[in-house]
Amino acid sequence: MFDYTFQWSQAMARLPQMLDGAATTMEVAILSMLIGIVLAIVLTVLRRSPVAPLRAIARTWVEIARNTPALFQIYMAHFGIASFGIHLSPFTSLLIGITFNNAGYLAENFRGALKAIPDTQIRAGRSLGMSEMQAFRHIVLPQMLRVAFLPMTNQMVWAVLMTSLGVTVGMNSDLYGVTQDLNALTFRTFELFAIAGVIFYLITKLITLGARLLAARLFRY
Amino acid sequence: MFSTSLTLSDVVFLAQGAGMTILVTALSVATGTVLGVIFGVLRLQLGTILAMPLVFFLDIFRSIPLLIQLVLANAFVGMVLQLETSGFTIACIVLSLYTASYCAEIVRGGIQAVPSTTRRAARSLGMTWFQDMRYIVAPLATRIALPSWIGLALGVMKDSALVYVVQVTELLKSTQILITRLQEPLFLLLVCGAFYFLISFPLARFGGYLEKRWSK
Amino acid sequence: MIEIQSLHKSFGPLEVLKGIDLTVNKGEVVTIIGGSGSGKSTLLTCINGLEPIASGKVIVDGIEVHAKSTNLNTLRQKIGIVFQQWNAFPHLTVLENVTLAPRKVLGLSKAEAEAIGEKQLSHVGLGAKLSTYPTMLSGGQQQRMAIARALAMSPDYMLFDEVTSALDPQLVGEVLETLKMLAEEGMTMICVTHEMAFARDVSHRVAYFHRGVMAEIGAPEQIFGDPQHEETRKFLASVR
Repeated sequence: MFDYTFQWSQAMARLPQMLDGAATTMEVAILSMLIGIVLAIVLTVLRRSPVAPLRAIARTWVEIARNTPALFQIYMAHFGIASFGIHLSPFTSLLIGITFNNAGYLAENFRGALKAIPDTQIRAGRSLGMSEMQAFRHIVLPQMLRVAFLPMTNQMVWAVLMTSLGVTVGMNSDLYGVTQDLNALTFRTFELFAIAGVIFYLITKLITLGARLLAARLFRY
Repeated sequence: MFSTSLTLSDVVFLAQGAGMTILVTALSVATGTVLGVIFGVLRLQLGTILAMPLVFFLDIFRSIPLLIQLVLANAFVGMVLQLETSGFTIACIVLSLYTASYCAEIVRGGIQAVPSTTRRAARSLGMTWFQDMRYIVAPLATRIALPSWIGLALGVMKDSALVYVVQVTELLKSTQILITRLQEPLFLLLVCGAFYFLISFPLARFGGYLEKRWSK
Repeated sequence: MIEIQSLHKSFGPLEVLKGIDLTVNKGEVVTIIGGSGSGKSTLLTCINGLEPIASGKVIVDGIEVHAKSTNLNTLRQKIGIVFQQWNAFPHLTVLENVTLAPRKVLGLSKAEAEAIGEKQLSHVGLGAKLSTYPTMLSGGQQQRMAIARALAMSPDYMLFDEVTSALDPQLVGEVLETLKMLAEEGMTMICVTHEMAFARDVSHRVAYFHRGVMAEIGAPEQIFGDPQHEETRKFLASVR
């Protein structure tokens, strides 16, 4: 027992490659979050639509995103879509999977946030001559995004962590994928994944810190 | 009609995977909840400064991907300690700690939501700290925390799909094995997704119902 | 001119307005008094089309408010309304609260809107609070901001729905002063209010509403001095 010798320097030599992977991880996470927020807003609006089929579509999306594993959603985005003859790259599949998940969870957060905004706010906007869209865009949306800011930060952290699942659909350019490829070359499993873990940890802390700074700037009321 | 080459033994194989998903989830949620309650109470009792190492330790499980936690635990036990352990044990240990880290937060939130005036009233009746916790705080905090805890348990079930990485063949892995063999990805994935959904959706709705009812 | 003709309005089985006829001329100040549930607040939200009506007509400057062809957003630009709850937009500064609608609805430039906003805010005595957020203001200040917000759209008519009811007693005066000032400037106003002194001193005509019916309307001296309707007498006796 305990005759294992850690070889950190050998693993640390691979740090630049891993940081490149971290950049790809961030790229996927940020893209999935930006598209996810837009889609979540659309889903939120659809869930309040007077048209029943639109409500049903939005509701189904949200419930599937929340009630099945993220890995399942990524499989669907890759193998599921592939069975229709559409073969997506691992990057695209991962992005679609995470975006689908983000949009579902965020839409649920937005729905909760909307409840915190009294109807009288819309009424006040309408009485000033604003259209329904204008009142939503200028009065409801900014307040909703504020209430949902903390859950959005959490979802961003989730998005980063979820990028690690890309490896299951053949992704090898993100932090987890790069680490796994390096592991296959060097077999320094513990050291490599420990470093990857530290990088992930630092990324999530940076996101939390950044979000706090951003919130202080954005929400002065 | 939909035709499939799925045989009875394949269905049994899938069911075994589903059983594994439930077993891993149940064991991890049970252990993780016990640990989470201990950590959550400890965290409040220790005070901000003393609790810092615990807070840091628990935060790790929420800040790095579960996949990496599993790989690291596996490598540490197998390569560093060179112990003979099953992937199942590793999976349960990691998922338990993962559950505990989230559960501790829920427990802390639940306890903090009990009004301090209520607790003061209990103490002024001569109850000890333990009696206050046992008869006043625990019932009230449980009520507050239960909806979040249901959400956590369902989250762990969904995240248990990742234990394939330590060679545990749970539902999603069994599905993937069958996909490779039968080449019917869509049908098999839908069956698998439906299984998760049919467990998660009603329980999540129930949690939401409790939350709504008790928040009044 | 606002013309209301045999207006009926129901919430489900409950009929809250049972045929109201009322004409308000340019430059006139009409106050509406009456007990709770008399339908007086509902009347205001029917005038600017925030509530649909069952039957009858509301005609503002010749435009029928509830006609399908009427663009309510355009119409509401000429009818300002201030509610009991001031409904400040919490995410915007005081100035932004006032300039939002002029910019987005009237399409004014930021500078133009801000010039109007500053003018209206100093008019109601909030010239020093432009970059403050509403949560930092008192209820009376927020209500005056809501008045400036409505005025910034340069409306021809102003509707006030119990604007002092949600205020602490010591803050009522400042808001009533603002209303009085507007009345003296010749603004056409319909005020639903519980402030009898205000109704008596400021309005040209006072209407008494009882259970969805306009029981009586007349000059303030007549309503307060010599009420004709039995219910008006009872009501006035009860509020004194």
